Amino acid sequence: MKYPGRMLGEVLAHLGAKPNTIKYPYEPAVVQAGLRGKIKFFAEKCIGCKICEKDCPSDAITVNKLGDKRFECIFDLDKCIYCAQCVDSCPKKALTVTNEFELAQLDRHKLRFIFHAPDAPPAPAAQPEPPAAKTA
Amino acid sequence: MSKITIPIGPQHPALKEPASFKITLNGEEIYSMDMRLGYNHRGIEKACEERSFIQGLYLIERICGICSHSHSTAYIQALEELAGLQVPKRGLYIRTLIAELERIHSHLLWLGVAAHEVGFDTLLMYTWRDRELVMDHLAEIGGNRVNYAVNTMGGVRRDLTPDEIAHILKDVDTLEERTKYYAQVATEETTLVARLSKIGYLSQTDAEFLGAVGPTARACGVDRDVRRDDPYAAYGDVQFKVCVDHHGDVYGRVLVRVGELMESYSIIRQLMKNMPDGPIAVKSPRRIAAGEVYSRYEAPRGEDCHYVKSNGTDKPERVKIRAPTLANWRAVRKMIEGNYLADAPIIIAAIDPCFSCTDRAIELVRPAGAETLTWGALRQHGIDWHRKQGLDFAELNKKLNTQLGRVK
Ligand code: SF4
Ligand code: SF4
Repeated sequence: MKYPGRMLGEVLAHLGAKPNTIKYPYEPAVVQAGLRGKIKFFAEKCIGCKICEKDCPSDAITVNKLGDKRFECIFDLDKCIYCAQCVDSCPKKALTVTNEFELAQLDRHKLRFIFHAPDAPPAPAAQPEPPAAKTA
Repeated sequence: MSKITIPIGPQHPALKEPASFKITLNGEEIYSMDMRLGYNHRGIEKACEERSFIQGLYLIERICGICSHSHSTAYIQALEELAGLQVPKRGLYIRTLIAELERIHSHLLWLGVAAHEVGFDTLLMYTWRDRELVMDHLAEIGGNRVNYAVNTMGGVRRDLTPDEIAHILKDVDTLEERTKYYAQVATEETTLVARLSKIGYLSQTDAEFLGAVGPTARACGVDRDVRRDDPYAAYGDVQFKVCVDHHGDVYGRVLVRVGELMESYSIIRQLMKNMPDGPIAVKSPRRIAAGEVYSRYEAPRGEDCHYVKSNGTDKPERVKIRAPTLANWRAVRKMIEGNYLADAPIIIAAIDPCFSCTDRAIELVRPAGAETLTWGALRQHGIDWHRKQGLDFAELNKKLNTQLGRVK
């Protein structure tokens, strides 16, 4: 049947419905488990091969050797496009992807995120120290 | 009546991306249209030559925010052919699944945009709400709503779990119901039919002559679809109908896209049912054997072509991209003639244009005519041109570096 106002029924049916949008940031966002967010570095697994640096499309990752088997990893989060190619490229699984995505900063320097190397001599179970620039 | 010419763009409230249209009017009627593209040139092809194949993939993916998978698949298919890689069946199925999910979200988005251009914002709101179902799946499977980054050389990067498959199938059912409803609205809502019928008409002969592609061509009766004519990925294993319509106007383009949505749901069901087990990717080399490949892909907007030439190193020697919108511009010029000025936005929107995907090359027009410049000469020309306008980038760079505390 052809007549104008075909969507009227649909519109009226939604009058009392709950909104489809959420009030982010006042409510938490729905984050998919598979979302590619900030990359995490496990210093104790890294062998310093720098393949991640070579494959990164935007020059966002730097691995520095600080001493014998001690590596730190610097992420420039303003350059990173969160493609997770570095995670795929790493032969030692020293990088993983998290679904942390709220990474905006007002101060550009805080976008430089450093995963520090374990203290020398490396303690076997040393966790990388969370740096000051950690965001919510 | 004397003719007047109205410039629209490059910056205009009605345009979502910069492009410049010069419309010559005879009263209310459009006499002719001239356009200038190139305001979004990003130098992607050149940048690809300076990156390794795998780095280039992420750049290629960012050509378009809507059909990112189309471009990355067209590119990766070329690389796989050059390297002689046999992608495992499961990898191809997942690639095809993402391609169809992308088509769904792109067509739903277009339906909303087209409705918005004719002032039917109710339809925009509902189609965009439903589109979110697909976006969530893309974010879950690929890891991002927009740049899913599912492709890698030799296959795909992420596998599907049985749970995800069940979830996708459930949402496909919902979307099918919704699309049936939209099809009903599109064909029965008299105001919409009257608004879209007989505007932007293009005959089949013109569509073929002007090289129109995708739904724009299919709505004029051109029976052409790369998925069927030259099957890639897993399209050889699925049954589907190529939607062709003979209206030739904007209304026909709506019908074709709604029809394609229904076909996409059926393709996804077939893929899920026959999804083979096994690996999703094979190992790929860093260096790719010398050679050249031309790869075709049916993007939501039409045929997308990538040409890749390798010289045996880990970087391509040349990458050439022809986005579908570029093929449709000439058809727009033809179809807009004789319509009213008020119809211009919807006629342009009806090809589902993507301005920045289109802008590939620039041509310098000088009094002496066109000339070919080397990369270095072009760069120098740019620097000199800006300096003449009072913009010295060397100075600006110095200032910026001082401000950021990066003085060397
Ligand atoms: S996620 Fe991508 S852009 Fe970011 S550091 Fe890793 S490879 Fe580089
Ligand atoms: S690829 Fe992995 S092991 Fe190699 S330097 Fe990067 S993080 Fe370390």
